[in-house]
Amino acid sequence: MAYFLNMKKAVFVFGFALLLIASCNKEKDSKEEFVFTAPANLPATKYNFSNNPVTTAGFILGRKLFYDATLSRDSSTSCGSCHTSFSSFTHHGHAVSHGIDNKLGIRNAPPVMNMAWSDEFMWDGGINQLDLLPIAPIENPVEMDLEFADAVNRIKNTAAYKPYFKAAFGSEEITGPKLLQAMSQFMNMLISANSKYDKWKRNEGATLTAHETDGYNLFQQKCSSCHSTDLFTDNKFHNNGIKDNFNSDSGRAHITQLPQDVGKFKTPTLRNLEYTKPFMHDGSFQTLEEVLAHYNNGVKTSATLDVALKQNSTVGIPLTPTEQQKIILFLKTLNDEDFIRDTRFAEQ
Amino acid sequence: MKKINSILIASLFIGSLFISSCKKEDELKGNGPLTLHFDNRAGSADFAMNTNLTIASGETINVTKLKYYVSNFVLVKADGSEYKVPQNGNYFLIDEETDSTQDVTLQNIPAGNYTGFKYILGVDSLRSTLDVSQRTGALDPAGAGSDMYWSWNSGYIFFRIDATSPQSTEAGNQCFFHVGGYGGYSTPSTNNIRTISLSGSEAAEVRIGRNPEVHIYVDILQAFTSPNAYSIATDGASFHMPASAVKMADNYIDMFNINHIHND
Repeated sequence: MAYFLNMKKAVFVFGFALLLIASCNKEKDSKEEFVFTAPANLPATKYNFSNNPVTTAGFILGRKLFYDATLSRDSSTSCGSCHTSFSSFTHHGHAVSHGIDNKLGIRNAPPVMNMAWSDEFMWDGGINQLDLLPIAPIENPVEMDLEFADAVNRIKNTAAYKPYFKAAFGSEEITGPKLLQAMSQFMNMLISANSKYDKWKRNEGATLTAHETDGYNLFQQKCSSCHSTDLFTDNKFHNNGIKDNFNSDSGRAHITQLPQDVGKFKTPTLRNLEYTKPFMHDGSFQTLEEVLAHYNNGVKTSATLDVALKQNSTVGIPLTPTEQQKIILFLKTLNDEDFIRDTRFAEQ
Repeated sequence: MKKINSILIASLFIGSLFISSCKKEDELKGNGPLTLHFDNRAGSADFAMNTNLTIASGETINVTKLKYYVSNFVLVKADGSEYKVPQNGNYFLIDEETDSTQDVTLQNIPAGNYTGFKYILGVDSLRSTLDVSQRTGALDPAGAGSDMYWSWNSGYIFFRIDATSPQSTEAGNQCFFHVGGYGGYSTPSTNNIRTISLSGSEAAEVRIGRNPEVHIYVDILQAFTSPNAYSIATDGASFHMPASAVKMADNYIDMFNINHIHND
């Protein structure tokens, strides 16, 4: 009997403790502050935060908008539909973006991540301000297919948004610029810099294995001219020899209309490759092994092929199978599981 | 003789003082508005939408939308001195379908007689890349500027004609002539910003409490005429890219003429 009493007591105490923990968590959620903090190992940001600093209310509004399918013509597709948090904000498994009415785009959905460090977005760099970026997928006929002005009107006519705008901008008035600024606040918080590599680089206790270190050194020699800094991109445009003609998609030249830009695409970051397959602007490679093999012996020549890929009259970057494997081991240290599991960034 | 000289000099000096003070009284004080009225025309006739118009190539267009930006105004006096109108708040979108947009009123212009009028047809490169919070009024991509903005290639469409033409082989015989391109963000590329410079013998007399109006004729057909005669059959029924629009941008420099000025 005494045993049972004690048992009852224990269950009671345990239950009470659980309640306490749960309520503490709740408290923590509602009072969580969102502040933009640049990781120490990344270069200077490019976003102009003085015009639009990240605030908690702005972030929450931006997140709500990011996951709101009413921003598409038939209310089927949100930004988050093709940029899912668990795939580092790409459209995992889709070679090219898959939008409204099951229409297909022509390019692989890029990750929405570390946006504050760029001022030219999309594979062709056609968008020169993060604040202007959402207009493109919202209006694109194969993505969300809604005039931006109509999208803003839909939000204006949704009473539930008023308190969110009031909290974020001090007034219930809903405008296009405010909507865009809130989305920028959310996107600017999508910072991925907590991989094993980052913790090693910042001396936070992580160590690279001998193979990973070899891979890192090879990477520095062979890959880092384009995949530079701890962003792992130079944010510039290169033809990396995926094709020998670019009639179906001229890349950067689609924006500049310059012959020297045909076939050039923005260098993608190499962070979170584990979650962002397939690879390249057209999603043509399913594995990292295919990517490394491409640079070793698959590079196709054309007039605008990057000079880094034709050194010493050799096309491509010669890499032995062992070297390729070591580079892949290094690249895997760039996977940031904390980022893809961060529930603050997921649809609520 | 010396005395006479000094009297002469003194009187000259006093006289000049008078003259300068008289001049001062003549100088205009204060500020006033000035209106530029953009009157779209088709050759010698008034411009009309949804009407068959013959362009220089002999082909026919029937316009369903006509819009263009004007901005960066500079007013010139007869002596050549210039007044630059502040950019902020002075971006205007002329829309053939909305009469009120065709009167561009510039406020707080220093009183004076202006005989020259310069402006950009389009939006300058700085404003094309400015922070989104400053894109208000005519430049709001969610508002007045919504159909004058390229979302995929951040920038404004400066001049837009949508039309139909029997010579167009596109669906519904449609034509889209969209001129934009401010020169590129990081890569120098096509710049279709054109400065229009108008002048005449008549002056717009800006004064406190008055609103002179410069009546500008805008011959839309000139966009298809010279120096680059545009043929729908050979040059294409549509363009949406800056490099393809250069011909039209070079034509529309000559689209504007001062017809008359009202000073009453």
